[in-house]
Amino acid sequence: MGELNTAMIERYRNSFLKEVEANVEEGEWVKMCMQCGVCSGSCPLGKFWEHPPQEIFMMIRAGKREAVLQSESVWMCTSCYNCIVRCPRELPITHIMHGLAHYAKRLGLVPKTNPTAKFAQMFWDNLMVKGRINELKLGLALYFMNGFGDGIKVALKNQKLGMAMMKTGRMNPKEAFGGHAVKDLAGFHKVLKKAQELEDARIAQNGPPAGA
Amino acid sequence: MAKREYSFYPGCSSQKGASSSNYLISVQTMCEELEVQLNEIPDWNCCAASIGYAGGGELPRLTLSARNIALSEQHHPGQDIVATCAACWLSTREAAERLHEDQSLLAECNTALAEAGLKLRNETPIKHMAEVLIEDLGYDALKARVKKPLEGIKIAGYVGCQTNRPFGIAGESYENPKYLDKLVETLGGDSIPDYEKKVQCCGGALAFSEPEKSQEMVKGIIEAAYDHGADLIVTPCPVCQMNVEVYQDQINQTYGTKFQMPVVYYSTLMAVAYGRSAKDAALNGQIIPAKALDALAAK
Ligand code: SF4
Ligand code: SF4
Ligand code: SF4
Repeated sequence: MGELNTAMIERYRNSFLKEVEANVEEGEWVKMCMQCGVCSGSCPLGKFWEHPPQEIFMMIRAGKREAVLQSESVWMCTSCYNCIVRCPRELPITHIMHGLAHYAKRLGLVPKTNPTAKFAQMFWDNLMVKGRINELKLGLALYFMNGFGDGIKVALKNQKLGMAMMKTGRMNPKEAFGGHAVKDLAGFHKVLKKAQELEDARIAQNGPPAGA
Repeated sequence: MAKREYSFYPGCSSQKGASSSNYLISVQTMCEELEVQLNEIPDWNCCAASIGYAGGGELPRLTLSARNIALSEQHHPGQDIVATCAACWLSTREAAERLHEDQSLLAECNTALAEAGLKLRNETPIKHMAEVLIEDLGYDALKARVKKPLEGIKIAGYVGCQTNRPFGIAGESYENPKYLDKLVETLGGDSIPDYEKKVQCCGGALAFSEPEKSQEMVKGIIEAAYDHGADLIVTPCPVCQMNVEVYQDQINQTYGTKFQMPVVYYSTLMAVAYGRSAKDAALNGQIIPAKALDALAAK
């Protein structure tokens, strides 16, 4: 991880914009931003963004690599698509935010305590196991993501809710054992493994040689 | 009239014992009444919703949706895919469009799918259930089945984000979509066309990871409904339904409010208006009971 980051710094020494264009999903759009600020005004959690989208795009051009990739802001996107439908330049802003977040994750630059980064990773890991989300395991993992003591506290706070979900048939304690799954699990895993290999090969073309 | 058939993508949260299993039950009832047949895509997988991006890169995420579309094309050729979850619909449709625009990604996707003997032709329209109701069937057909009009029930139509943006329902605006209000009127209820929080985000998946921040937004959504004298809120999105209904206790604790606002799916409203039982309408899935609907269903 750290090595990949160093290699990328080396390779794109002069231009973070070029690095983003080559490595971030939909990153080639960043240069189209005309800094009007509409997107920043559209974020539902806007007041919590240290750097709202417009600023992130400016910082990318200004080469503020660490400040962008280590920021909590790119993890603050709720995928509400407000910005996308309003941007006069039609930038796919939501996807660029997700792309930046994923790229930061690949380089190992995500702030350690960011809750959404943790949750988003758990969600993916959960789904990769059986091809479908196990809400109960995901919920438990979520409660305990900040350690055992904290987990008990959060779980207690949500206990009443848990009981209500169970009573209405919207949560099933049996999901802890087995639970819903894709039937052709072997095929599912093979397909996803191949997709990951192809993705890695694509990245290796843009970036340093595989394994670096 | 012959039954309309669709290839159905239920999504993880609709599964038995999952958080929106009540949605699925009411959708099935609604579809029975409307003579719509839903053929579940065999062995579908999760679409990764809008939050899979930390672990999943572009191609693995697209491949998840591609597998579902490929299965649909293989088993239900010629049938449009319909999803009931806004996030499922969005990821699947986005994947289809991205793979349409980028032939090299499509080729890679198919290389991956070939590992399980699948192939994506990518020719299938992908719809949300709301599109099926409003665009394929139309308000008149929806109205024709009403047996128990929702008379005197005031309902705030909360559209949320992802059923509305970036694709939305044909002919509707992003800032002030009116289809839920029209649907409420079609069913004989009282709509609130100027409900100002109708497209406010509820926080989506960040309700889990940033609960305080999302609950502050949800508070606004409920408050505005009360201000308009709403008896209940209706929504087309399982994430919205969950986020706006189930945290009201916690919100009350934080803010000293006394919220008890029922939040139901459009399909629950329709099942009741079509004269079906509380059970068929999945009213027993409400954490905050929708008393006005319970009473009407019992009549
Ligand atoms: S709305 Fe579009 S053009 Fe305006 S600042 Fe945001 S990304 Fe740039
Ligand atoms: S999609 Fe993300 S970046 Fe765009 S307005 Fe919503 S929260 Fe902000
Ligand atoms: S309002 Fe919330 S749940 Fe509904 S679509 Fe938007 S983010 Fe998703």
